[in-house]
Amino acid sequence: MKGFWGRLLEVDLATGAAHVLEIPEKAYRMFLGGRGLATYLLAKKYGEKWRLLDPLSPENPLMLLTGPLTGYYPGVKLSVTGKSPQSNSVVGSVVSSEVAVELKASGFDGLVLKGGCEKPCYIYVENGRVHLRDASDIWGLGGLKLIKKFHSLLKEDVNGEPGTPFVYIGPAGENRVRTAAVMSKLAHAAGYGGYGAVMGVKKVKAIAVKGYGSLPSIYDPESLSSLFRSTLRNVRERMKRFRQWGTTEGTWYTGYYLSSMPVRNWQEEWHDVKNFSHVGFELETWVKNPWADWGCPVACMKLSLVKREGEVYVTDNPDYEMAAYLGSNLGVFNPKETVLLSSLADELGLCGIQTGNVMGFAIELYEKGVLTRDEVGYELKWGDVECLARLMRDIAYRRGIGEVLAEGTYRAARILSEQKGVDLTRYAVQVKGIAVGAHGVRSRRDYPQPISYALSAQGGDHTSVAGFPVDSTESETWYAILDSGVVCMFTVLDDKGLLEYLNIITGWGLNLNEFYSIGRRIITLQRLLLSLGGPDAEWGVKDDDNPPRFYEPLPTGPYRGSSIGRDEVEELKKKYYAEIGWDERGIPTEETLRALGLGEFAPLLNQVRE
Amino acid sequence: MPIWILRDFSKCSSCKLCEIVCSLKHENMVWPEAARIRIYEIIPGLPVISLCVQCDDYPCVSSCPFQALSVGEHGEVLVDKEKCTMCGACVTACPGNIPRILPGKQGVIICNLCNGEPECVKVCSEMGYHALQLVSKPEGGVVKNYLVKPEEASTKLLVKMMGEAE
Repeated sequence: MKGFWGRLLEVDLATGAAHVLEIPEKAYRMFLGGRGLATYLLAKKYGEKWRLLDPLSPENPLMLLTGPLTGYYPGVKLSVTGKSPQSNSVVGSVVSSEVAVELKASGFDGLVLKGGCEKPCYIYVENGRVHLRDASDIWGLGGLKLIKKFHSLLKEDVNGEPGTPFVYIGPAGENRVRTAAVMSKLAHAAGYGGYGAVMGVKKVKAIAVKGYGSLPSIYDPESLSSLFRSTLRNVRERMKRFRQWGTTEGTWYTGYYLSSMPVRNWQEEWHDVKNFSHVGFELETWVKNPWADWGCPVACMKLSLVKREGEVYVTDNPDYEMAAYLGSNLGVFNPKETVLLSSLADELGLCGIQTGNVMGFAIELYEKGVLTRDEVGYELKWGDVECLARLMRDIAYRRGIGEVLAEGTYRAARILSEQKGVDLTRYAVQVKGIAVGAHGVRSRRDYPQPISYALSAQGGDHTSVAGFPVDSTESETWYAILDSGVVCMFTVLDDKGLLEYLNIITGWGLNLNEFYSIGRRIITLQRLLLSLGGPDAEWGVKDDDNPPRFYEPLPTGPYRGSSIGRDEVEELKKKYYAEIGWDERGIPTEETLRALGLGEFAPLLNQVRE
Repeated sequence: MPIWILRDFSKCSSCKLCEIVCSLKHENMVWPEAARIRIYEIIPGLPVISLCVQCDDYPCVSSCPFQALSVGEHGEVLVDKEKCTMCGACVTACPGNIPRILPGKQGVIICNLCNGEPECVKVCSEMGYHALQLVSKPEGGVVKNYLVKPEEASTKLLVKMMGEAE
């Protein structure tokens, strides 16, 4: 086996006992690692009982996985999965973290946490040896305070090396907020999926990993060395603008030029505030440029800092998604205030996308008089950073209106609709429990395919969008491969190059068809689990749709009047089902399952078709 | 003529490509712990670069009871793997705790400047970071001043950035 160790480390949190899960090479060949492998292991383990598994019970495993490309391909991502408390399927969430490399250097392809701890604890894994330690001193902390204190704690408790990488949760995860993220390095988040809450349920505050060994051996080391260097050079050349601006460029480009940026809960997608751009952020907030993670030639991050009323707020750029969701979507068009909100989301351990989405939803309801000052306790106003910070804290601590909003946009809309006796789901900009990423489809300039989110196995996740051709980098098969590989989408140039890399590492000699079959296999199995759903939400063919707002014409900007049509979406849906081998209700056919080597899951179809 | 790797904390992106190419060159595989250079990113975004500073008095060399260490033509510390027993005397003698002993690997690990053409400097410059640059070795004992404790240096960088005591 090349590029893998063939084993995962499984920790039973109730007892602290660790044991080795052997993974056969066939499973890697079929699913690669990360998102794919997690989906397979979860489907195999729970099968018909999937519907009953509550994502917010300790029973739900939390999986931190790597892939064959981890550590060898430039850049690094750790895959964070389990049953998602947002979609009730598997969401392959990724976060930049050197924990991925340390796991590989420990002789394991990943870490699986099962059950839960009785008291707050943290986990330190050294060369595969698991230490389960008391975390009461760091419980409640987030951001820089947590990072500094945890490093000292690691040194005192387990003689940990300075800078040992770790992932962690903030107060939001501790409070089981469904929009809580698994955090890394101050400003990085595995946000989609809501796995911060899964970690919180288990009472695991942080997971630190140190490995002293080498990464697993690979099939063709001679070719690897030169391919590594030429890939670095090519990516560096291609991504020069990213080095300077990161995705913050989108704050102007996607907003002003492409009309695809959420503004005030997606009521608009266009703005012309010149200073609300990468240049504005650079001039007002960036104190260090560039900043990168392990093995990255792109370096899309910059360190931002603002001071306000004696407090210092530090975060990354913010990247485009944060600038959009904690900026324009909340009516904030000011770099400093956006950095403040972004830093606060980091500190609380919240996914900025999901949280900025549900906040925008709440403010629109307030604007429309559905939510009142009596209910909220204070006024909710677009662009008012004080009330926005307060609302964000209330969500993280589940206080007042925050208790409902902490359930995420989809569930909050359901609960409030019931309470108010009116349908509020039309203001919920989400798909299958996942808030839509900050890329609109109405102008057809940014994400040009109207089914990008409607048919994604990960709902509104903008890093896993569906499209045509099905076997191409325009489609979710591709994103499934990236999240299973596990690689960062910003360091990958094309499919052929990535496949060559994979073959040099594994020696599998796959062709492009076989490569994309892996992607099809993964999303088909994710789709099967999505169709099973449960226990608190299930999805049918009607949910393969855009948020209602996307059918309203854009009211402002150069694409004023533009929207997508329901007929068009219906037609594309049918086409997509047919091409990928799902029936007219979007359920994978038995034939498709067998063709993809997923025959063992065919019995689940009976349950899905009920 | 002795050469030296100039290190600039403020330019370092913390990408750690230096660690990766170092282990690829010396070990033919990615093995972060076996890298002769190390980036300590204790405070995210504020990395501390750490590698042998080639002290003028080379305490590691004189401490070795087995004469396994010597100074090469570029001013680098050379390790004779045959003679090295990995006793740890050089680790203790080093004012920066730089040499490393790894289970399963013969010979203590110290930067040997890649025979005058350090791979880490090459990749850092190719990637346009320029946090590592090759210069002639500075005189006057200044090199030892670079032996900073990563934890302390990180805190100083943070205070510098935030503009006040934390």
